[in-house]
Amino acid sequence: MMDAIGNFPRHLALQPWGLWWIQARRLVRIEVRRNLFSLRASWIYFLAFIPTFIIFIHFIFEAHHPSWMSDDTDVLASVIQLYYIRLGVFFGCLGIFSRLIRGEMIERSLHFYLLSPVKRELLLLCKFVAGSFSAVLLFGSAIIADFTLMYAGFGVAGRDYVFAGPGLGQLEGYLAIIVLACLGYGAIFLLLSMTFRNPMPAAMIVLGWEAINPVLPSLLQKLSVASYLRHLMPVSVSAHGLLALLTVETEPVSAWAATLGLLVLIGVVLLYSCYRIRKLEIRYSTE
Amino acid sequence: MNDQIIFEDVSKFYGEVLGVNRISLSIPPGITTLVGPNGSGKTTLMNLMTGLVQPSNGRISVMGLSPANSPELFRMLGYCAQFDSFPRGINGWDFIFDSLMLHGMSEAEAFELTQEALERVQLGEAAQRKIAGYSKGMRQKVRLAQAIAHHPRVLVLDEPLNGLDPMARAESIALFQELGRQGMHLLISSHILDEVDRISDRVVLITGGYLVAEGSIKQVRQEVREKPMQVLIRCDQPALLAAKMFSVNHCVEARLHTDGRGVFIRTGDIDQFYSMLNGVAAEGLVKVESVAPADDDASAIYQYLIGSDGGAS
Repeated sequence: MMDAIGNFPRHLALQPWGLWWIQARRLVRIEVRRNLFSLRASWIYFLAFIPTFIIFIHFIFEAHHPSWMSDDTDVLASVIQLYYIRLGVFFGCLGIFSRLIRGEMIERSLHFYLLSPVKRELLLLCKFVAGSFSAVLLFGSAIIADFTLMYAGFGVAGRDYVFAGPGLGQLEGYLAIIVLACLGYGAIFLLLSMTFRNPMPAAMIVLGWEAINPVLPSLLQKLSVASYLRHLMPVSVSAHGLLALLTVETEPVSAWAATLGLLVLIGVVLLYSCYRIRKLEIRYSTE
Repeated sequence: MNDQIIFEDVSKFYGEVLGVNRISLSIPPGITTLVGPNGSGKTTLMNLMTGLVQPSNGRISVMGLSPANSPELFRMLGYCAQFDSFPRGINGWDFIFDSLMLHGMSEAEAFELTQEALERVQLGEAAQRKIAGYSKGMRQKVRLAQAIAHHPRVLVLDEPLNGLDPMARAESIALFQELGRQGMHLLISSHILDEVDRISDRVVLITGGYLVAEGSIKQVRQEVREKPMQVLIRCDQPALLAAKMFSVNHCVEARLHTDGRGVFIRTGDIDQFYSMLNGVAAEGLVKVESVAPADDDASAIYQYLIGSDGGAS
């Protein structure tokens, strides 16, 4: 046992890291091309940019008085917490990540990857990286566009809010949340798509789980992406009625603890996914 | 390094459905053809040796390497699977080029090998077009090009002649023969039996998930000859015929048909059986209406491999 631990650094050094790097770059390139530049991706563009379009209409047609800026700040925070995290990123990641493995099994093309001289774990991680990159690129761009359009109408006051006030910090916070949401939901949907022939019912259960999570015991709350993200919101959202359930903070958690907790959750899910892909068999006739 | 493909007591079950059962095989370099009716387990054997499915029991070794998650194996193995599908929206060139890049090659090297593979299968300028617009024969060709592009030492081809026109078929056979001469392992599954003889050094006969016979065509012919065959004879006095037939050594089983108007005879010597049946019919003891093999598709293969005159057809 001690020998194995002692030899681990040497074992790591002997791995073909250079080759893996070349393979990873190529795999990510292939996957990103397919994720972003296909007709099938159009509805994910729609999910990402529909609020941008609405905010653009607001920017063009509505008056912007500096005293209304705090209202718009709340609206933006609500759009991010209630739309992007709960729906947009959720379904966008469902579309992107469930296609990475299951989609290729349905299209009967996964065997080309499994027959290439690439370790299956590397293949899975590269698909995850490519999916995350695609999702972050789409939703991150949408958030930046939303933010810009939301404050552009306020002229000098808006510029001051962004560059001399809390604006830029909030944008960084939103982007961090989007990155973590894409990673978190991405890992979960990648695993679900490898576990179930049709991941949609399981995804709906996850959606329900995320919704009722705040009323669950604190141990179970740790098994939720949205619960970690709630603690990272730079602007707290005051929602009413049923929506309040989605924004409530049951237990104060520091930002670093929430980030670390979510990263651990993602790590565990990816580790289990690596185990699953080692055992994966190609049986297209059952798809 | 071991240069054999070895199956040791390999079984594969898909839930309760048998894929293959207790297969033990040792395949040397050269061209080996897997022959058997649809659903006999040929593709399962190929998927097992390429790691696409894992055995329920037993052990597989390809040139000394286990197929399970083995990048080293896939550097020297090419598999042209039967699945007629490709990554969405890709053209022929990118399909081959991308797969070569996953070997860790430089772009220049991958470019050169892509060009070479496309020339070998004579796909030419069509490679720049989307595969979705290819004919079935062209798709078969581009799959073959992808399987041979990295110069594998083991090439597994599942029904590689399907969908090819006669010219392309002849070209592919010539290519297989050339690769076989170069000392490569070629494992080909085919149900086009008249091509088996022409391209194979060895045949593996499989039916219902069981290995029936293996070896050179000559060896298989002998093995198959020794196996009892079942024949259904429709006649007016099946019980009498059964008694007559059962009295000779080569008839190992006689069973009346449920409708009472026929008898199943299992015989170890089909030639003697026919000669005796002719004698019985000539004596007028039994009026024979029809005689037919009752071993489904496999019997047709046996008959083909044995040949009506005892020689390979």
